[in-house]
Amino acid sequence: MNQYFHSIQIDTEKCNGRMKCLRVCPTQAIRVKNGKAVIIEEKCIDCGECIKACPHDAIVPLTDPFGELTKFRHTVAIPSPALYAQFGREILPEKILSGIINLGFDSAFDLALTCGEVSFAIQEYLREYRGPKPLISNACPAVVRLIQVKYPELTDQIIPIEPPRELAAREIKKKKSKQLKLKEKEIGTFYLTPCPVKMISIRQPAEKGKSFLDGAISISDIYGPLISAMEGIEKGSYRKALENICILGVGWAMVGGICRTLRLKNSLAVSGLADILKVFNDIERGKLRNIDFIEAYSCTQGCVGGSLTVENVYISYNKILKLIETLEYEQIKACPDIREVRKLYSQKYFFIKGKFEPRPLKPLDKDLAKAIKKRKAKEDIYELLPKIDCGACGAPTCLTFAEDVVKGEAVLTDCIFNLLQRFKEPTQDFSELFNKYSFLSQSKSSAKKTSKKGKIIK
Amino acid sequence: MMSEENVLSQHFEITGRDFSNAGKASTSIKEILQEIGIDSSITVRASIAAYEAEMNVVMYAHRGVLTLNITPEKLHLKLEDEGPGIENTDLAMQEGFSTATDEMREMGFGAGMGLPNIKKNADKFEISSIPGKGTSLDIIFCLNKTEKK
Repeated sequence: MNQYFHSIQIDTEKCNGRMKCLRVCPTQAIRVKNGKAVIIEEKCIDCGECIKACPHDAIVPLTDPFGELTKFRHTVAIPSPALYAQFGREILPEKILSGIINLGFDSAFDLALTCGEVSFAIQEYLREYRGPKPLISNACPAVVRLIQVKYPELTDQIIPIEPPRELAAREIKKKKSKQLKLKEKEIGTFYLTPCPVKMISIRQPAEKGKSFLDGAISISDIYGPLISAMEGIEKGSYRKALENICILGVGWAMVGGICRTLRLKNSLAVSGLADILKVFNDIERGKLRNIDFIEAYSCTQGCVGGSLTVENVYISYNKILKLIETLEYEQIKACPDIREVRKLYSQKYFFIKGKFEPRPLKPLDKDLAKAIKKRKAKEDIYELLPKIDCGACGAPTCLTFAEDVVKGEAVLTDCIFNLLQRFKEPTQDFSELFNKYSFLSQSKSSAKKTSKKGKIIK
Repeated sequence: MMSEENVLSQHFEITGRDFSNAGKASTSIKEILQEIGIDSSITVRASIAAYEAEMNVVMYAHRGVLTLNITPEKLHLKLEDEGPGIENTDLAMQEGFSTATDEMREMGFGAGMGLPNIKKNADKFEISSIPGKGTSLDIIFCLNKTEKK
């Protein structure tokens, strides 16, 4: 059994070792061995960058097939607000939710409402919190995992409130089972996900608790069928559809949406792993203590940039932004009642059951003296390497290759340059080889001559 | 006795006024400490101290070298810089004392917390300075859990 479950798998049939994934992985969790990509489980944070990079669709997110629905007596679809950003301006959540029911779900739940509740709960938590700052949103599971792996000391700063998708599933199960006189396990809750990482957070929640969701279906899988399913739906009143949208909730689809709709003063919104690393380094150095809240998403622009979405990220980001602006302008506040949220908050309704624990990477050795020796060996090996990060050895950088060698997971001769270096002192084999192929260089130079001659004649 | 092979030693060169590279040395140091499995609370304290020391060079000195020495017993950060030095080190160790310019304060530095912050995070801290020549810092963390500061 693997210690960590990952939603990202490699289809070895399709993988031909082009190494695109190797280079984009932010935690250096991929190696190419015998021409096929391999994921190092311990290092992977399931951000999905490799899925976007693979030209052969050989890296597949493990989401659930549609057929899973038949296992339940009653099925509920819970779409991420990022789904609302996938269609044109005129198609509002109301129509999308009806379309989902046409697809075969028994009901479709507007997650934006729960997102709104959670936004208010975050506000409450920020108000009473007295520990080290800033607090960090847990909306993006890849960010949570990044903190657990690379910034273990910041795990206490992750907000311990259930993400909306989990909270919604928990409540839907409770309510629907009562309403329909079914058992909770007979109600199937399915998240329509913009990214693979939400999938793992279902199979293996970061806080080691249990997920209330039964599965996840990717937005890209449902997109085509949903477009057809929406065709027959009559166009209702635009204004009325608008009035049902929770402004706080739709903000969850894009980076900065929570901060903006809550009007938080000392907050920061970051997206894209490279930038997140810079900001987290500053948090760790204590440079951002004057900031209360950080909203961070591993995908550029937030969930609308997820690898399982369809629409161009800038178009979908803009759609959400415009929607928020319209709702602000029209002063539409179809949001949960804050007094109700406060009441639930005091009853601990919003808090996660478990705790976010650090998950630091294994050191080079358990014994510090040995680890020091290995680290020195790594430095020495690195010095022997060409430092051009060509990836031919199967590791993303010369430095990671040196580490692999120290750990015994690679051998020095895997480096093509080291191999060439050996041939520099011509061994017998090599000079034989050289003589055998010497005609190649000769014919090349003679070819040059003829072409020159040819030119002169002309 | 400490044998040579039990010491991990690494030098980082820091250039004064090079703000675009500021923070790189302390980030590398943090990565090394994580790799060899130093306790995460010590890792954070050491990287904060390293960062403050590094920033002091960037802001005030011409150049400096930050040296990391790790043995199974202790972690030693040594900083030696060439620069104006500090006239009165006792004064410099007081919280809130700073000779930073307005520009540096604009950037969020110069609150007079740098050196006190290093001392606060370290198990042992020593500072010596020759005005007109430079400053040297010795920042030590005990890795042996039974050993107290």
